[in-house]
Amino acid sequence: MNSHIQVKNLNVFYGKSQALKNINLEIPRNQITVIMGPSGCGKTTLLKSFNRFIELDEMTRISGQVKVDEQDIYARDIDVTEVRKTIGLLSQRPYPLPMSIYENVAHGLRMHRMKKGKNEFDQAVQHYLQVAGLWDEVKDRLHEPATSLSIGQQQRLCLARGLAIEPEIILGDEPTSALDPISSQHIEKILMSLKKDYTIVVVTHILRQAKRLADYVIFMYLGEVVEAGTAQQIFEDPQMERTKGYLSGQF
Amino acid sequence: MYHNSTNNQQHTESQSEGRFSRPSIPSRINHERRARKVFFFITLTPIILLVGIIIALVIRTWPILEKYPLKELLLGTVWKPQKGLFGFFPFISGTLWVTLVGIIIAVPPCIFTAIYLSEYARQITRTIAKPLLDLLAAIPSVVYGVWGLVAIVPLIGNHISPFLGKYLGFIPLFSSENPTGYSILAGGIVLAVMIAPFIISIIFEVLSTVPKGVREANLALGATRWQTVHAVVLPKVIPGIGAGIVLGATRALGETMAVLMVAGNVVQVPVSIFDAAYPLPALIANNYGEMMSIPLYDAALMGAALLLLIVILLFNIISNLILKGILKRSWG
Ligand SMILES: Nc1ncnc2c1ncn2[C@@H]1O[C@H](COP(=O)(O)OP(=O)(O)OP(=O)(O)O)[C@@H](O)[C@H]1O
Ligand SMILES: [Mg+2]
Repeated sequence: MNSHIQVKNLNVFYGKSQALKNINLEIPRNQITVIMGPSGCGKTTLLKSFNRFIELDEMTRISGQVKVDEQDIYARDIDVTEVRKTIGLLSQRPYPLPMSIYENVAHGLRMHRMKKGKNEFDQAVQHYLQVAGLWDEVKDRLHEPATSLSIGQQQRLCLARGLAIEPEIILGDEPTSALDPISSQHIEKILMSLKKDYTIVVVTHILRQAKRLADYVIFMYLGEVVEAGTAQQIFEDPQMERTKGYLSGQF
Repeated sequence: MYHNSTNNQQHTESQSEGRFSRPSIPSRINHERRARKVFFFITLTPIILLVGIIIALVIRTWPILEKYPLKELLLGTVWKPQKGLFGFFPFISGTLWVTLVGIIIAVPPCIFTAIYLSEYARQITRTIAKPLLDLLAAIPSVVYGVWGLVAIVPLIGNHISPFLGKYLGFIPLFSSENPTGYSILAGGIVLAVMIAPFIISIIFEVLSTVPKGVREANLALGATRWQTVHAVVLPKVIPGIGAGIVLGATRALGETMAVLMVAGNVVQVPVSIFDAAYPLPALIANNYGEMMSIPLYDAALMGAALLLLIVILLFNIISNLILKGILKRSWG
């Protein structure tokens, strides 16, 4: 397997309680990986350890390795802002920055000095809003505050904002759970169209969504990875009892 | 269940008895009505008190308001009660000076402290800082006054004033003809320390209305902590500072004891921060009860109290409005 992220012996503690237990994983490049499992099993924690959000909480301890393209992102000489630039995050509910729609997309470009001059910015903003399927809806109101958008639109704006800084990996923590069905479908479609260029890792509770999206599936339970494999393997021929149970709706 | 029973009570209240034969219900309703009335009046007491005070002050001030035009009282610079001259301007300007200097000194460090506490400090620092600030706010002002007398007044008299006078004395603001150290600056410094805990708390509170998710959204884009403060927190700081300043000013305007002890209390319109000042509260505190045989003196002091009360009420209302506006505005 051509893996983009490799996790080796990863342990995460919140204070004294262990949220992730000796995780070993590989996440395939340019595919959609879906992480599933019952509530509290550590899905969010795993995702947060991929972009080093785990260290925002003072109480956490982490050991083991998370390698992106063979480079351990927790190594001493690694710049955390570079890690997060490479690995974008789409959170559970949209949090637009307190600025205009336009500025939300331009903000990251400006922060990382990726574009110069109004023209380059305009083009980039338009491009990523188009990728996120939002351009037609907002092109006449680019300078209105981002909070004036609907929740579904806000989530697509957040996607455009994340894509604009040209990450290689996109993480999504139940990115559709706050959205209505139409907006959810929209996000799903965009994610599908993005996977040729990006490695995507999505947490979801919705089995049908997982089946629609997944190329690769990770099933977790109580802080451990129970089973991981291609969508076909996991959905059609799961090996472990817990996986079978979860898939048949026993949890 | 609970819902039902309240409904029933309302029914009996409007339809009188009859449907419910249990005799205890009407008496319970009466009881409840009475209790509600009592609570209502207890809650109303402060408002009644305030209105009462204002009315009393207006009545007692009336004689002087009748005799002199308001403009003359507010802008007159001569205060010679024996000769019937009641110019409040020295006291008004003294109050404004001390308050302004206090706020100018207090606000910048308060902004940094609040940002530090809300954005950078570890949880443990925050848990320690909060009660510490409350403690500072609870120290009696006479203690701050003593500190001002012992530490600040000599420091200004012996060092700051001669030094600044020497190099910046050509600017009226820093010229010094008062070698004592009892000055606007001394009052301002003491005030600044006294109002700092309030200003820090207010700004901190305003900053904590920024959802964690917004900060994380920016961090997820590869922003540094400072870039995040800059992009998502600072836009909120400005209204917070506004509220902080107004609230700080409210406290500073009315502060009596500490300022009275260090500001010098000379009746004059100050021009330099090293001049002595005589703020309104000090005027009232120092003179009420003395020389009351002088005609209209009583009315003049009551007028000072009324003026102070009105100004502080206004500031209070403004700061409340600002804060409510900020705290209510959600992030969408
Ligand atoms: N900040 C925290 N402090 C302490 N414990 C935490 C913290 N965050 C998560 N945990 C604990 O770690 C475990 C894993 O949590 P996590 O949020 O990763 O689960 P999850 O699989 O994402 O659940 P859900 O499906 O409900 O989102 C849980 O037992 C949770 O209680
Ligand atoms: Mg979660």
